[in-house]
This record gives sequence, structure tokens and C-alpha cells, in this order.
Amino acid sequence: MKVSMEWLRELVDLDQSAEQLAETLTRGGIEVEGVENLNKGFEKVVIGELVSLEKHPDADRLLVCDINVGQESVVIVTGAQNLLVGDRIPVAMVGATLPNELSIRKSKLRGVVSLGMLCSREELLLDEAVGLDRSAGGILILPPDAPIGENFGHYLGREDSVLDLELYPNRPDCLAMVNVAREVASLTKKKPHLPKWADQDQELPLPTASDLRIIIEDEDLCWRYAGLVVEDVQIEPSPEWMQKRLKASGVRPINNIVDITNYCMMEMGQPLHAFDRDKIQGDVHVRCAYPGEKIVTLDGVERNLQIDTLLIADDHVALGLAGVMGGLDSEVTKDTKRLMIESAHFSQVSIRRTSRRLGLRSEASNRFEKGLNVHGIVATLGRVCDLLLELGAGRPVALVDVVKKLPSGRQVSLSAEHTSTVLGVELKVDEIRQVLDNLNFKYQQQKGLFQVEIPAYRSDLEIEEDLMEEVARLIGYDRIPTTLPQGDLTQGSRTPGQEFRRRLRRVLVQSGLDEVLTYTFTRAESDAQWGSAQHSIPLLNPLRDELSVMRTSLVPGLLDVAARNVARRNMEVGIFEIGNTYWGEEQPLKDLPREELRVAGVAVGKSGKHWLNQPIDKDFYYLKGILEEVALEFGLKLEYRSAKNNSLLHPGRSADIYLKKQCIGFLGEMHPTLEKEWGLERVVVFQLELPPMLEQMRQTVRAYSIPRFPAIQRDLAVVVSMEISAEAVMAKIRKLGGELLQQVEVFDVYTGKPIPDDHKSLAFSLRYQSLERTLTDEEVNLLNSRILDGIQQEFGAEWRK
Amino acid sequence: MKHEIQRIGEETLKVLKDMESSEALQELKVKILGKKGSLTALLRQMGGLSPEERPIMGQVVNEVRSRLEQAWEERSAELEAIALEKRLSLERIDITLPGRRVQRGHHHPLTQVMEEIEDIFLGMGFQIAEGPEIESDYYNFEALNLPKEHPAREMQDSFYITEEILLRTQTSPVQVRTMEKLFPYLPVKVIAPGKVYRNDDDATHSPMFHQVEGLIVDHGIRMSDLKGILLNFSRQMFGDSREIRLRPSFFPFTEPSAEVDVSCMLCGGAGCRLCKGTGWIEILGSGMVHPRVLEAGGYDPKEVTGFAFGMGVERIAMLKFGIEDMRLLFDNDLRFLQQF
Ligand SMILES: [Zn+2]
Repeated sequence: MKVSMEWLRELVDLDQSAEQLAETLTRGGIEVEGVENLNKGFEKVVIGELVSLEKHPDADRLLVCDINVGQESVVIVTGAQNLLVGDRIPVAMVGATLPNELSIRKSKLRGVVSLGMLCSREELLLDEAVGLDRSAGGILILPPDAPIGENFGHYLGREDSVLDLELYPNRPDCLAMVNVAREVASLTKKKPHLPKWADQDQELPLPTASDLRIIIEDEDLCWRYAGLVVEDVQIEPSPEWMQKRLKASGVRPINNIVDITNYCMMEMGQPLHAFDRDKIQGDVHVRCAYPGEKIVTLDGVERNLQIDTLLIADDHVALGLAGVMGGLDSEVTKDTKRLMIESAHFSQVSIRRTSRRLGLRSEASNRFEKGLNVHGIVATLGRVCDLLLELGAGRPVALVDVVKKLPSGRQVSLSAEHTSTVLGVELKVDEIRQVLDNLNFKYQQQKGLFQVEIPAYRSDLEIEEDLMEEVARLIGYDRIPTTLPQGDLTQGSRTPGQEFRRRLRRVLVQSGLDEVLTYTFTRAESDAQWGSAQHSIPLLNPLRDELSVMRTSLVPGLLDVAARNVARRNMEVGIFEIGNTYWGEEQPLKDLPREELRVAGVAVGKSGKHWLNQPIDKDFYYLKGILEEVALEFGLKLEYRSAKNNSLLHPGRSADIYLKKQCIGFLGEMHPTLEKEWGLERVVVFQLELPPMLEQMRQTVRAYSIPRFPAIQRDLAVVVSMEISAEAVMAKIRKLGGELLQQVEVFDVYTGKPIPDDHKSLAFSLRYQSLERTLTDEEVNLLNSRILDGIQQEFGAEWRK
Repeated sequence: MKHEIQRIGEETLKVLKDMESSEALQELKVKILGKKGSLTALLRQMGGLSPEERPIMGQVVNEVRSRLEQAWEERSAELEAIALEKRLSLERIDITLPGRRVQRGHHHPLTQVMEEIEDIFLGMGFQIAEGPEIESDYYNFEALNLPKEHPAREMQDSFYITEEILLRTQTSPVQVRTMEKLFPYLPVKVIAPGKVYRNDDDATHSPMFHQVEGLIVDHGIRMSDLKGILLNFSRQMFGDSREIRLRPSFFPFTEPSAEVDVSCMLCGGAGCRLCKGTGWIEILGSGMVHPRVLEAGGYDPKEVTGFAFGMGVERIAMLKFGIEDMRLLFDNDLRFLQQF
């Protein structure tokens, strides 16, 4: 809502500047988004008279002008050729910043000091029709009566400032100047001076029309419809004061009739529409569209109507879309002699639906959508009558007012004591009474209890708490002290799941991965690839096609991030995300879907060159090492088995990950056939389900004591066939080593000469230790050779010395 | 013989002073004092001396030997010191070269801020609650006093899945879910962090973003308590000298409602570019829980009152880290993320 300060000053005593009032309103709960000074850019532009005009001594194409700007005269150098001595012209003085952002400074042109600039229409970004014909292509030349020394903006009528109100949905009343004035009056404790029609439920002393019948056919969608019949209409431009106010309010002036309806709408909040009375054949009907019905609206567009579109029609055709836009056929033209001016209620829902569907939003539809005061419908027509007569635009002759439903007045009780308790401020009964008086509300008081009569324009006030807010904002929120809740002490806590996620995040970060956060909606194709098309949930209204389904896998989002980074030459990528995946059980969804937490990671590239460190490949073993850290942190035994039937992963470099016989995820290099799609090479991914990990995690560490007896270390290297896994050999070693074998680790894997083809050498380091005694070399040697025999038998392994 | 002994002593002492390595020093020691050493050889000849001479000669030999040994030790210590000096001068490294690289990852700035917010409220005795991101129209709107066709629904452009199921537009549905779960337990004292969604995408809006919701319900909760808790939070989050102010506002699920501003962390309230010259920065919305919302949660608004607040994590992260474009937070450029 744009509020003209000039207009507002007529409606309420005001001693604040626009900026001060903006602050007052904002602190009072009516947010002011901005203050627009209509004269912006013209603060230092004045009207001057060209006293003399001489050729520049050192430049053929420049002129040196002597200009009288009222109290003083200035010398300005210009290149313009359309000037004559005696012309009145706008002069941008030194220090001005023009609407096109050009700053004017003192300058020297070929030795002559120039103290300002003469301006063209274009430089001033003018839309007013002003200036002599001679202005074309040069300096703007004003009529000879333009007052010398006056501010150019004021000369154009741009003195006003405009507040831009950002209204919350609960205050549609402030879409009317009179209610803004009431609000300002309450907050500044001043008196409003409103037109008498601002009071609701007033009678308009006009006879009812004998020849006009209004028939409301759908009383749910239209509670009240009033038509004012006007004769002797004289169409002409509206007066300047009205045009200025409309422009300041963001409404384009058209002619006196349309301007009066718009002016009254801005002032009273009730949208109005003027029909050419002579184009209405028979009765006026308020009804929904017939199947297949069409209308050509004011903007010349033919529109197909849905059967729930509310129309104003006569006996034969539709005259307009109720509350949204009038029809072209019944438009007021310069030949119009008689009018019917509509002031009506239409259903918020219906208007919203129609204006959305047709993409038509206007000041009027906006007001209907937010809901308006049905009690003000005829009163607004009263204001219209006054203005018609004042402007000589027409003669009101009759009124038809059809009322189907009139919301009854509301009373809300307010207890001073309760208010004090809820706000936490000690308030005297008198203070509350003062607030109600400032709001100009009527009430009955019984000690600390008020029965407040809610005025019809404040439909937002329904319960006691609503009135408490009125009290709080009028006494000022700053009056509320700071206290702490008085109840029992409480213990802050996270759930085990939240705790688990925090720790998991820490382990992954400490292991070298960067955390990313990606959108939870993604492309349908990629999600189907990595997740489950059957379970993925599509959005009805996605922002873009590539954000159209809820993810069932975190992987595509991470691959996107990796690809984007590699494309930007961030070549070393190791990232993870912890987040939900979303699983629908049926299409379309009937119940809320399952939301399942996953952790996923992607790595590609190798660590950068460093003068000391060997580059680390971000390969399978890189991520596996990190997952081992995770397993260690939570005391989980993760098992890696060759991935089965996974077309997304490299068959030789991928694993399914098991926890207690349950597959909870995978780790592997992406299949080479997918590399092109993402523009990534040799990228490794993993994804794990969180709930099983949380369920199986070790609750507390059970510490064991450090053995007192020395350990004996033995290394063991064997050559085995390629397909035998290190894990299988280690399992056998562990089994054979029994309880004296404390630890087995692989410390070398080697292929190539002199190892035969299809074979590899595995080297293990074994640590033997007893908790009860010192082991002898002999018994360790015996155990070691028994292990060797065992793995030779089992795997056909050969001992490598 | 006495002279012979003394001569060997003198000569050895002289040579010893010029010895340049500990190996040579050792060699010399063997040559003089070893089994076949010259002094040892002289000692052997003592058998041919008279019993009167023997103790005298013995004393002479011992004197020379101990003098030599002392000299040896001194020289040897000197040489060691020289050798150490030399080693230290050779073992000089360029301490300006970078150290061995440690691979460490980075927390996303949003989770960092979210955890910080959580920790502050944990310290004030709040529990952390959660709710689904895909929500029913009932919990997201109706239970929050936003019936169908309420104009305030338009403040939020929602992503719909069906007519009745949508991506939650706020963390507020967790309010009613938590109350339903805890009823009739008091106090209800939770925060609910999480993802929320609105159909919007520009430099200050992201279609997915994060909020932290807070809710207290108990006997006698006052609006001044809301102010106290949020002042406490603001000071922990933005610095001890922060002040807050409340401005009347509108949310369908609170009444009275308040927007909360914190004094500008950049200029301290004097006015700057960050606070657009006002000295204040809007950080969250709040209010007293609307009686209809308490009822939806199962509590009797005549018995208990409560307050609720909700803040945008992105906004707080942007303020805290001086991030100008919200899209950076979801672009995940590693050069950006690795700053945190
Ligand atoms: Zn500031």
C-alpha cells in the first residue's frame, strides 16, 4: 500500500516527517518498506532564466550562458544549440544528483568555469508533458511563466513523499487511507479527521431505482451488492489534486469517473466499478459463468470462463468479471451519459481463484482477496456521491442495495490482570483504558474487565490475545521487560539419533572429507538410477525439471557437486552428506512417506602436489579407510562382500557393505559406462543406511588392560592366486593362531616379477602374546609354521622367503 | 727410566692436544696405555728395579698415567663438542617450508551454525525435537491456525505432493507434533531444527533452507520470558554486548506476535551498510503460542501459556560469516566450503 504523506496529512494531525512516521509505524506493527521522495533527483534542480548567451572564446561549439536562478546568477557552459536569451530552463546546480544518477560538479571547460548543467527531457527522465516544442533534441525549455528560482520538482507538482506499507495478511484494513489514518492516530495519539462516510452502516438518502433490479444468484459468493445510478454524466479529466494523489498511490489517472471510483477505493478500501448504465439490458445478475461462456475484458482479451467464475451480467451477456476486471462492452466511454457504480462484496476465495487463473491482479482484486468490510459498502457510495457533485461529474439519482448476509458485530472481553500476566508487564487498568480510547474502540468497563466492541473494519480482532497485542503495541513492545521462565530446571538433551549424526559428521570431517548440503529434490532419471524409481515421490509444482522428485539416494546430488567442482578445476574432491531420503509406498501418496537417513560420500582425483607428501589417490581404499574409521568410532563390524548385480559400479572394484548379515550400503568405483554422463573419471562412491548403524553401535567402550608380558613379532609372506582375498587368508590365520595370536595385519601386497602371473604376494605381520606368561621363541615358531602349513593347504599358497 | 717415563708423558700430552678426531685419540691411547703400549712396556721393566726404587717409579708412572687420562678425557670432550657443533651446523633445515599436509575436512557452515544454535539452547535446558519434512496439510497449516483459503497461506509458496501432502514450509508443525507427544507433561521445552521448503529461488531465497523452531509451554509463561530467552540466545550467538528489540508482527500461530531485531554486530548500533543504517538486524519471528495451537496440541489454553520462535539458519550464517548470496551455501564449491 502506497501512502501519500500529503493525502495522509489531510486525514490526521501529523507532526512527524515521512521518515519519522515510517519508524513509528514499523515499531507499531505496520511495516514500512520504504519512503519514496517523489522529488528525488530534483532536489537541486531550479528554474533559471537565460540572461546572456556568448560564444566560448576558445571553442566554436560551446556557449557560455549567464543564468539568473533567483537569488544569484551562475555561469554554465553548454553545447546546446536550441536556446534563446530569455528562455526559462531547468538548471541542475552543483551538488545535484539527477534521476539518471548523474552527479553535477563544478567543472572547467577550455578555461571557463561552469557551475552546473542545463538539462534535456531525457536527462531528467520526465514523463510529464511539459516544455515548449523548441525543446526537442536539446535543452528543455519551459513556458515563459515558469517562476524563476523555484525548485523544478515542485513546479512539476512532485512535493510529496510516499510510504510503502508492507502489510501482513491480518491488516487488510490498512489498504484504505482512512484506516491508515486511524492507525497513525492511535500510534501518535492524535486526532483523525475522516470524511463522515468513514463511519460504517450509514444510510444514503437516495430513492431506490424503479428501473434497476439487482439479483444475487449465489449468495455464498456475494453477500451484498449495491448499485448507484448516476445521470447527467460529464466525462472529462479529473482535477489536478486528485490526479496527484492517485499517481502517488500508484494508480494511473484516466477520467473523472474512473478516477473517482479509484480515489474512493484508495480512501475507503472498497473497490468500485462503473458500468455504462445504458449498456445494461434488463436486470443485473450476480452469477457464475455458464459452461462455455466467454467475455472480452477491458484489456481487449477474450477469455474463456470456468463455471465457478463469478460474473456480473445483464439479462443477455456478461458485463464483467466480478471483482477482477470489467467487460469491454459495458466500459465507460467519453459518450457515456448514465452510470451504474457497483459497490459489492465478493467471496475472497472466488476472487483469488479467478485472478490467479486469468493472471489478472489489480488493486481491486487484491482488496477482495484480503477480505473487506461489508458494512462499508454503501458508505463508500456516499463518498462517491460527494465527489461526483464536487467535481460536477454527474448527478446521483438512485441506489439499489441488496443485502444477503451482514456479519454481526463482535464483542471481545479483555482482562487487565490477564493481560499483565501474559505480557509480563505490570499494567494499570487506566493504561488499558487509555489504549482502547486511542484505538477509538467502544467498550464497557467493569473494574479491570472490558467488553470491547470490535469495529467492522478490524476483522482481525477475534480473541482476547488479539486485544493483548493491541495493548502491547500501543504501550510499546519496549515496555516488556526481560525475564526468564519460572518453572523447574530442565535438562537439555539430544536424542541418540541426533548424537549419532553429530559424531558421524565429526569422524568424517576429521578423516578428511568436506561436508556438503544438497537439495533433497533432484532429477527423476538420476534418482531412478541410484535409488528407486518405484518409491520416488514427484512434486506437483517443482521449481525446475531437474528438481522434480524427492531423492531416494544421496548419490546423484553428491556426483553433481563433484562434477561441478571438477569442472571448476577443483580437482581434489572428497565430500559427504548426511541427510534424508524419501520413500513413497504408493502413487499418489495417501500417507506420509518414510524418511530414511543415509550417509553418502564421493571422492575423485588425488591430493595435490606437495614437496614432502606422496599424492594420495582418492580411490576405493581411500574411502574404505574412512569407513573403517567410522566403524572403529562406533564399534561396528562392517563386512565387505563383492557387489552383486550392480550395474552402477565397477564389477572388480566394488563391495556391498554388511552389518550383522544385513546389507546396509555399498562402496565402489563408478562403472566406466557412467563416467561420461557426469564428466568424471575414476570416481568412488559410498552410501550407508544410518538406522542399522545406530542400532548396532557400541554403547560404551569396555577397556581391556595392557598385557604385562612381551609380544613376539613374526612376518609371513605367501604367494596366492589372484582371486583369493586377503580377508580369507587373514581369517584362516586368525583361526589357526588361536588366542595367542593377538593381531594380524597386511603390510604388503605385491604383483609382478618374480611372482607368477595371476598371483600375488601377501605379506602379513603377526603379533603373538600371552596374558599369563612370556612366550618362548620355540612355541611361536611352532605356531607360525602350523599357520603356514594351514594356509598352504587351504589356498595352495606358497611360502615366500 | 724416570726420565723416559716423563718424556713419554710430555710427548704424548703434546701430541694429544693436536689430535683432531676421537678415532685418532683412541689409537694414541692404545699406543701408549694399551697392552702393547709404550708406557705399559716401561712398566714391565719395573721388575728389574730395586725394591726401594719400585714404589717411587710406581708413583711416577701413576702420576703420568692419570695426567694423560685426564688430558684424554678433556680432549675427547672437546672433540665431541666440536663434532656436535659441526653436526648441528650441517643439520639446518628450511623452517619456512610447509609441514607435512594433514588431511582434514570441513563442516558445512550451515551445520556449524545449526550445531551452535542447538548447543546454546541445550545449555538453557531445551530438548531437541524433530518432525517429518514431508508433512500433512493439517500439521503444516491447519493445526497452526491456518485453515484452507486463509490469506496468510499465501505468504508461503508451497511445494505440493498431493493436495493434502506437501514439503513443510516451516519447522512450526513440530510444535503441535511435540505437544501431542508430550501431553500432559509440562514443561514442553524444545527446539526443532530442520529443512524447510518454499517455491522461491534468488539471492536471498533458496527453495530448500533451514530453520530452528523453539517452543516453551508451561504454567505462567510470559512474553517477557520470550524476551529473556531470546536476549540470552542473541548474546551467546552474536556477542555479549548485543541488545534485542521486539516489533509487533503477524504469524497465524502466535498472538501477540513479534519480530525480533538484534543490535547490529558490525557497527554495534551506530548504523552501517549491514543494518541499512538502522542499527538493528532482524533475526527471527516469535510470539505467544496462539490458543488454538495449544488446543491442537492437546493443552488447555486456560491452564497454560507458551511462546514460540523460529529463525532462519541461512540468514544467521550469512550474518555471522558475511556471506552475501544465499546460493553459495548450496552451490558447494569446495573453495567456499574449505574456508570454514
Ligand atoms: Zn550496522
